[in-house]
Amino acid sequence: MSHDEKFKSGDEHLVYMANQIATFFTSQPEAERAAGVADHINKFWEPRMRGRLFEIIEMGGDGLSPLVLQASETINRPRAA
Amino acid sequence: MNFKELDVSNPYFAYDPAKCIVCSLCVRACEEQQGTFALTVEGRGFESRITAGMDEPFLQSECVSCGACVQACPTGALQEKSIIEMGMPDHSAVTTCAYCGVGCSFKAEMKGEEVVRMVPYKDGKANRGHSCVKGRFAYGYANHKDRILNPMIRDKITDPWREVSWEEVYAHIGSKIGRIQQKYGRGSVGGITSSRCTNEETYLVQKLVRQAFGNNNVDTCARVCHSPTGYGLKTTFGTSAGTQDFDSVEHTDVVLVIGANPTDAHPVFGSRLKKRLREGAKLIVLDPRRIELVRTPHVEASYHLPLKPGTNVAVLTALAHVIVSEGLFDEAFIRERCDWDEFQDWASFVLQPENSPEAIEKMSGVSAELIRGAARLYATGGNSAIYYGLGVTEHSQGSTTVMAIANLAMATGNIGRPGVGVNPLRGQNNVQGSCDMGSFPHEMPGYRHISDDATRAIYESLWGVKLDNEPGLRIPNMLDAAVDGSFKALYVQGEDILQSDPNTHHVAAGLEAMECVIVHDLFLNETANYAHIFLPGSTFLEKDGTFTNAERRINRVRKVMEPKNGYADWEVTQDMARALGQDWNYTHPSEIMAEIAATTPSFAGVTYELLEKEGSVQWPCNEKAPTGTPVMHIDGFVRGKGKFVRTAYVATDEKAGPRFPLLLTTGRILSQYNVGAQTRRTENVVWHDEDLLEIHPFDAETRGIREGDWVKLKSRSGETSLRATITERVAPGVVYTTFHHPATQANVVTTEYSDWATNCPEYKVTAVQVSPSNGPTEWQEDYEEHARQSRRIVHVEAAE
Ligand code: SF4
Ligand code: SF4
Repeated sequence: MSHDEKFKSGDEHLVYMANQIATFFTSQPEAERAAGVADHINKFWEPRMRGRLFEIIEMGGDGLSPLVLQASETINRPRAA
Repeated sequence: MNFKELDVSNPYFAYDPAKCIVCSLCVRACEEQQGTFALTVEGRGFESRITAGMDEPFLQSECVSCGACVQACPTGALQEKSIIEMGMPDHSAVTTCAYCGVGCSFKAEMKGEEVVRMVPYKDGKANRGHSCVKGRFAYGYANHKDRILNPMIRDKITDPWREVSWEEVYAHIGSKIGRIQQKYGRGSVGGITSSRCTNEETYLVQKLVRQAFGNNNVDTCARVCHSPTGYGLKTTFGTSAGTQDFDSVEHTDVVLVIGANPTDAHPVFGSRLKKRLREGAKLIVLDPRRIELVRTPHVEASYHLPLKPGTNVAVLTALAHVIVSEGLFDEAFIRERCDWDEFQDWASFVLQPENSPEAIEKMSGVSAELIRGAARLYATGGNSAIYYGLGVTEHSQGSTTVMAIANLAMATGNIGRPGVGVNPLRGQNNVQGSCDMGSFPHEMPGYRHISDDATRAIYESLWGVKLDNEPGLRIPNMLDAAVDGSFKALYVQGEDILQSDPNTHHVAAGLEAMECVIVHDLFLNETANYAHIFLPGSTFLEKDGTFTNAERRINRVRKVMEPKNGYADWEVTQDMARALGQDWNYTHPSEIMAEIAATTPSFAGVTYELLEKEGSVQWPCNEKAPTGTPVMHIDGFVRGKGKFVRTAYVATDEKAGPRFPLLLTTGRILSQYNVGAQTRRTENVVWHDEDLLEIHPFDAETRGIREGDWVKLKSRSGETSLRATITERVAPGVVYTTFHHPATQANVVTTEYSDWATNCPEYKVTAVQVSPSNGPTEWQEDYEEHARQSRRIVHVEAAE
């Protein structure tokens, strides 16, 4: 699958936003980093966005910061619609 | 004899020297209240005359048309033209300006159903009897011929509009929203509340979304201005609001203004600030432009740090570095009010060598010496207060910048008493209120997170529905979801997202992908070019309600005339909710406020009776503070201990380079207001009839650009054309424009980069190239044609 087929139009933006959040928390004290990213995404991301984030992770998580991948363990999976 | 002619050059007031007794009250008003020093007494004895500027007509002088001199004149030598034309008023009511976040009180003086003049109200606690040209004079849009007074629908955005009855439009909305939700799911629709509308109206729009649409897809235009203020101040202090009242400035010794231009954007506060500075308070300005405050009659900033756009966090953290390394912090305050361990962690972070002024000098363009001087003055000059605006928030690190500001205030103990604090200068009249009222997709009224079971339970039992405990979509997410095909309908009250939001092409693509866009506004705004349903709105003169200004002050808006479209905006939202099956029966906005008070702890004590008695109150207003709270965090922070947060500088990805070597930053000017929908429809256009690009002489010369030339402004998002003006107000490498006119569409060039925490767009930094041009671009011409086609209306008799 090519990059373009795999990615929906908003994906690049979604990955970008997740990484921006990770960049902020990377500068915070060690213990708060992954938890901070997960908490932020749980608080502010609509389930569709979190759902798509998990799909991107399942496809290999291309472009996502390692901190986002680490945080994904505590990001809430959206309820099935 | 020193004869002077009648001067009618100002569009709103006339000066008749024959009636002047040279009492000089106008000169004093201009100096003391307004701080412009436009008037002088020329000549001596019987020969003496009042003159504007260098003996010029008012319009050509430095007069900013605030009206203070007109107010002061005892003889009618200076007189509103409306009084000359219409005669004296026969009744009046006190109300609140609907333009900026200062929230000035006015007496609307009326003759029947017509406003004769707006007089600044002496007992108004935000303005203390002063005003600016917008609130004082620019109300004529209420009667403008462009106002749409009947509901309209159309199937496709290329069709002309068809006028319909209110019954038909509600039935149409009911069936369309119902069908869309059935087909695409409950989450396929949403709403946008307006920071121009009242608290009560905003509350109803979020209620409509949560109760009738059954989701949390509600957002507000604060997304594109002050959402980082909410995030940053909530994280550090525990409340999403400024800490002081405007009176506080009278006790301030050092004023730090960052990313704000109060004399243009918040003029009445700007005048109060200048007054304090003339009395001797010191001023520090952090801004890429040499804004008026840096040097204006009898005011000169002690420090102007002309930082490169996008480096706020670096410079603020360097200020903190100086304060910590030189031991200028307030240890007693920090130990008592904040978490000492967190402070120490933060202190060791700011002390890192990469945060030193010397290290920051290169990237920010501000000399280490200036940074050190400014830090010392802020930390040791007495009561220090920070005032900031959109130059702080509209960056990819907007929220981080707000936290860096909060860190400085806590570290120096400048919080919790008059004269100090952190003061966001809000853009629109009711930005504070629209945020307070639960307009964000993750928060219920009073900033309570949607996942909080106890909060949801309050509304669930009152509204009789189960509320979704998941956050909804923000405006940019709605547009992304629309392009991706899962978001199909949007109700927009009193907002023009096509013109005000970044990356116009993307906004247009999102709107075009929707099946039902409902615009509720006074005019066929730019967003309406993509709408299927239009609901006519009412002006602030035509309804009751409240606005909340930048000081958290809840001010009454009073109806002085019947809505020209037949209904106040809250009534329209109510009828929509009914069409969607809800049993709403409010008969007056006071009943809506009663519901807000009953469900929101910080508003628990607010009633229309209290507002009648007190004039206005600042929230929190409840049992603990029955008449409101002028200064917050007096005995402790709302969150308990104040939180220091590390603020590492991250350069924006929007970088100048060979293709786009200049940085564009955007803003607004005194006579116009935001997208200009109102002010463009008043005589204020005499001061600003087009957006201009400010460019430094050096950059102009290397490009062969002369004053007044058409230039093309191009970024990787798009291009537009406008005329250039050459000025040293901007530094080399930086260009600046306003976004008041749809013909310019400055947001065609801004990008989708946004604040990491809130998605507030990065309006203040766009890499651009500027080149000579011979007129409007193809996009501008196409857009104008699209807009013209889209505004066709087929008038039919509305069925009874
Ligand atoms: S209108 Fe305001 S700025 Fe103009 S001369 Fe009068 S007081 Fe001064
Ligand atoms: S300062 Fe703001 S609120 Fe006051 S009159 Fe001017 S626009 Fe209105």
